[in-house]
Amino acid sequence: MTEHDSTSEVVVPEGAVTLDVVEVRTGAFGVRGSGDTSGFGGVVRTVTLPAPSVRPYGEWFDDLADELEASMGAAGIEASAIRSVVVDRGEITFIVERERFRDMAAVLRDEPGLRFEFCSSVSGVHWLGDEGRELHVVAHLQSITHNRRIRLETTAPDSDPHVPSLVPVYPTADWHERETFDFFGIVFDGHPGLTRIMMPDDWAGHPQRKDYPLGGIPVQYKGATIPPPDERRSYS
Amino acid sequence: MTTTPDDTTGTWPGTSAAEEVLDDDFDDDFDDIDELSHDDYASAYETTEGKVYTVGGGDWDTIEAPPEGEQERLVVNMGPQHPSTHGVLRIILELDGETVTQTRCTIGYLHTGIEKNLEYRSWTQGTTFVTRMDYLAPFFNETAYCLGVEKLLGITDQIPERASVLRVMMMELNRVSSHLVCLATGGMELGALTAMIFGFRERETILDLFEMITGLRMNHAYVRPGGLKEDIPAGSEQTIREQVALVRSRLKDTANLLVDNSIWMGRTVDVGYLDLTGCIAMGVTGPPLRATGLPHDLRKSQPYCGYETYEFNVATQTTCDAYGRFLIRLQELEESLNIVDQCLDRLRPGPVMVEDKRIAWPAQLSIGSDGQGNSLEHIRQIMGTSMESLIHHFKLVTEGFEVPAGQVYQAIESPRGELGAHIVSDGGTRPYRVHFRDPSFVNLQSVPAMTEGSFLSDVVAAVASVDPVMGGVDR
Repeated sequence: MTEHDSTSEVVVPEGAVTLDVVEVRTGAFGVRGSGDTSGFGGVVRTVTLPAPSVRPYGEWFDDLADELEASMGAAGIEASAIRSVVVDRGEITFIVERERFRDMAAVLRDEPGLRFEFCSSVSGVHWLGDEGRELHVVAHLQSITHNRRIRLETTAPDSDPHVPSLVPVYPTADWHERETFDFFGIVFDGHPGLTRIMMPDDWAGHPQRKDYPLGGIPVQYKGATIPPPDERRSYS
Repeated sequence: MTTTPDDTTGTWPGTSAAEEVLDDDFDDDFDDIDELSHDDYASAYETTEGKVYTVGGGDWDTIEAPPEGEQERLVVNMGPQHPSTHGVLRIILELDGETVTQTRCTIGYLHTGIEKNLEYRSWTQGTTFVTRMDYLAPFFNETAYCLGVEKLLGITDQIPERASVLRVMMMELNRVSSHLVCLATGGMELGALTAMIFGFRERETILDLFEMITGLRMNHAYVRPGGLKEDIPAGSEQTIREQVALVRSRLKDTANLLVDNSIWMGRTVDVGYLDLTGCIAMGVTGPPLRATGLPHDLRKSQPYCGYETYEFNVATQTTCDAYGRFLIRLQELEESLNIVDQCLDRLRPGPVMVEDKRIAWPAQLSIGSDGQGNSLEHIRQIMGTSMESLIHHFKLVTEGFEVPAGQVYQAIESPRGELGAHIVSDGGTRPYRVHFRDPSFVNLQSVPAMTEGSFLSDVVAAVASVDPVMGGVDR
């Protein structure tokens, strides 16, 4: 009790986590504007991603974070370049400012204590409701030397979909970034030849964005008509 | 005898007034189109069904003039319908005589939007999509996806032992069938047709096993989040043992055909050279990376499905060339068959699906007179005796289970290298985003590095040694 009194002026207790809300959805079953009387139309659901972690992260993650912070200082990258660190399901994610995306990758690759020499993949995620950071770019880096994996993530708003290219640091990011551009419209500044890779050159739109419809036609089976997948009842 | 326009009227002989009107309209249309779109590569015209493009060829000289001092620039378009490009891969080659000066790979001809489609199905239905990505290694796609979903669900520790052993067994059998196709088609592309016949013959025995166990030769959807679709049929252990022994004995045939064969070596030794630095920079994994001497195998370095408990060696070579990759695949065939034997030895009766009934797929299958189908016993139970079972069955099949929000990256060692599944959940009953890091996609990027400066015929050998599967590349 006395311990509680001594910290009573702190409104948010230390160590409390702030939920990372990316979207708020209303209604149910994907039904819109049908004069719903069931009450399900009033359902409000927030989509929250795992909250940023606070130290200690556990496992080898603390050593890695220490090493990274020290290396960032040496490379002249401000500590605020790391927006947050998420440790979830045994994986660590560094969410960084997009201006420093490539610089962070260079530090992670070059420092002997980090040595993430291998870029497994670069891809995108479109969080349509996450205003100001709709487009996420996710890079999975692997250190064969230390047998570790991390995730380097950054965000860009839909209105300014630019992210520094990782190709100067990891040449393998070339096709990954072309694919991400093709599917999400994320422009990787500094990419040697950012063109479509999967879709035809004259394709309009970026198909894996959440505001791009799946398309499809109803299917008839034994007299019944089954609507296309994106018009079927949705539970989430 | 050809007709020509009449000089005096400027119309074609016999043109009626009505036809003249039509002609005028037609000309007008063409004028519009010229203004609407002008494409150097494809002329376009409007039809009632929309705009139609006619893609022309042989216009490379109009795109860029050859540099000063160069006599001519020869651009050869290889594929996408070429028998030696290992699938619908298009390679644009710039040649100086027989020497390749530039290689550009064009992909996307087999893009089917699997990742987008996944976002509109339940988590369990996702397996049926991912199995179609790299169609020569379906069990690897399924397992990578399911391990990722299980990690998101936090049930990795609850997967029954028998399910994990069977997953390993199916993956290793699949590695054998996949490597056999690589040797078969690779051999065919270099003219070794007997190797092709042998490779497909051996593969057929493995496909028979798949058919016996899953009901299908490909696109199995056998591995499901939480375990397996069903157990292996009773008594199939013996069949698997016999077939494995048969394949092992026959592997020598292929090996005898190609190892130390002077023609084969002439086509593959020092061809498609890519050293360790190049592999790491280009993200190349699998046999091409191990051919540089680095024993990097995720089954050893980041084990999953209990691979740390199996005994096997990581095959390496130090030649960095197509021949080294071929030798590695031969050795991996042996190792995989040994792992299958170990799996059979440790198979113990037990469940093949997690106990949690909120995740475990409720459908029970049995073998009927017409092959595999629903278990009548199960249907009788849910339809006749237990309303609760019926409701749970219905909810789980139509709605599916919810997966807590978050993201994971699960990588496994596929026959072609690191197969990674980046799976994002928003907490709903469908994947929010699934991205596959397919090893074929990444390894194919290194083809220019392997082939520029080599002979045209070496391009075929280099691509074959990478073993890209276009279903995985384009997804």
